[in-house]
Amino acid sequence: MTGEAISIEVRGLDAYWGDRKVLAGIDLAVRQGEIMVIMGGSGSGKSTLLNHLLGLLHPAAGSVRLLGRDLSALSSQEILDLRRHMGVAFQGGALFSSLTVAENIMLPLEEHTRLDRKTMEIIVRLKLEVVNLAGFGHLMPSELSGGMTKRAALARAIVLDPRLLFCDEPSAGLDPVVSSAIDDLILRLRDAMGMTIVVVTHDLDSAFKIADRICVLDEGTIVALGTRAEIRASPVARVQNLLNRRTEEATLDTDAYLRRLLGES
Amino acid sequence: MPGPLTRLADRVGRKAVSALDEMGFAAHLLGRSLYWLAVGHQRRQPVRMSSIVAQAMDIGIGALPILSVLAFTIGVMLAVQGIYTLRMFGAESRVTTGIALSLVREFSALITGILVAGRSGSALAARVGTMKINQEIDALTVMGIDPIRYLVAPPLVAMLVMVPALTLWSHLVSLAGAGLYVSAALDISFGAYVGQVIDALRLSDLAHGLSKSAIFSVLITLVGVVNGALVEGGAEGVGRMTTRSVVHALSAILVTDMIFAYAVTR
Repeated sequence: MTGEAISIEVRGLDAYWGDRKVLAGIDLAVRQGEIMVIMGGSGSGKSTLLNHLLGLLHPAAGSVRLLGRDLSALSSQEILDLRRHMGVAFQGGALFSSLTVAENIMLPLEEHTRLDRKTMEIIVRLKLEVVNLAGFGHLMPSELSGGMTKRAALARAIVLDPRLLFCDEPSAGLDPVVSSAIDDLILRLRDAMGMTIVVVTHDLDSAFKIADRICVLDEGTIVALGTRAEIRASPVARVQNLLNRRTEEATLDTDAYLRRLLGES
Repeated sequence: MPGPLTRLADRVGRKAVSALDEMGFAAHLLGRSLYWLAVGHQRRQPVRMSSIVAQAMDIGIGALPILSVLAFTIGVMLAVQGIYTLRMFGAESRVTTGIALSLVREFSALITGILVAGRSGSALAARVGTMKINQEIDALTVMGIDPIRYLVAPPLVAMLVMVPALTLWSHLVSLAGAGLYVSAALDISFGAYVGQVIDALRLSDLAHGLSKSAIFSVLITLVGVVNGALVEGGAEGVGRMTTRSVVHALSAILVTDMIFAYAVTR
């Protein structure tokens, strides 16, 4: 933690999918240079929260402030400008399949800078070195393995040296060695460039390896928020279930169960 | 429990609302594309010439061989049917006028529109749909690249240029195809046939066909992108919406053609 400046601030965020409330009164602040891991099971609302942080969804209530600016109060041009300071590595990579890896990484440079081609190529090679993909720039995204895709997506996310980096499930679906390498990479990025990093994951090992603080979501609310030690010591049953990979015993309502079977509810 | 009539009304109402919703979305896409084309450069979000050219190559040059075959076939077919029909009145020597007008005012533009809808409109839907389910559109958005500027404006411009150009080309090929058959069947020279064609056509006939092709190009692009953007549920969804985009584009083309002909010709 390198200071007390707040990079990301969420206040009283509510979100709905149709009629279903998926986030309720989320309050979260991420300090500058901090790695915040958002953790939770499937359906806990963590992807929805991420989409709100990215400004892809508009909150039903509450506000999201990035680098001190309220997303809902910005004009579309101001949002475009703000996005130059954000990098996002999506879960599936979201590399453009019609472009090579190098062209993918170069795209933000082409769109947002007036550098000459040669300089852009050098920057792209530098970023490929950072993510250990040197020499793979000419490949098409379909020719990459899962781990390579995630690393290429990370390279594209950091090509403009953003102040905020968001990673969606950076290690999901990878073998332990590759997944651990990606964790190291995220730590290096923070140490070298002082980025504020938000990682959404359900991978416990990875979360406890990289996080400065962890935010545990469950059913749309934050059930625990704190340092690794605080989360480990959390008295909340749901957190302990998540940490110890225990399934939760649903209370059995025989009548409701029968009604469900008969298709009456 | 609502009665069958209520349920029918409910279904019809929902369909109507979603159709209106799609049309509104298409209008939004068109408006935003024109906006980026006009002010993109000032706002440092230009619509890139290179991607327009790439799209134009695919939509236009790539379609040339198959379009030539189809246009030639339509020309010969129209000549065969025209001579057969007019022979009943002993008027087969007037067949060239009929062929020239039907091809230039109607069939060339139509066959070009149908071909481009099948080839490029569906490809556009598939591309946008795949990008949507792979989160590539989200990726563009968070990179500060407006997806409409990057994905919709280039094919729109490319279509607006290439579909009328292809229509012009199919005029030439279909008229030539018809000419070959007519000159053989009626025993006149090809030169005489060309002379009859030129006599039969006025500039307004050419304008009629080309204006329609310009409208078709906008319809094909918007229908393709709207269907692509509505994709849900993985690869199967992409397939479903791609098919839907072809059906919608063809329907839009035919209905628009009829309305345009009705409004302009009387």
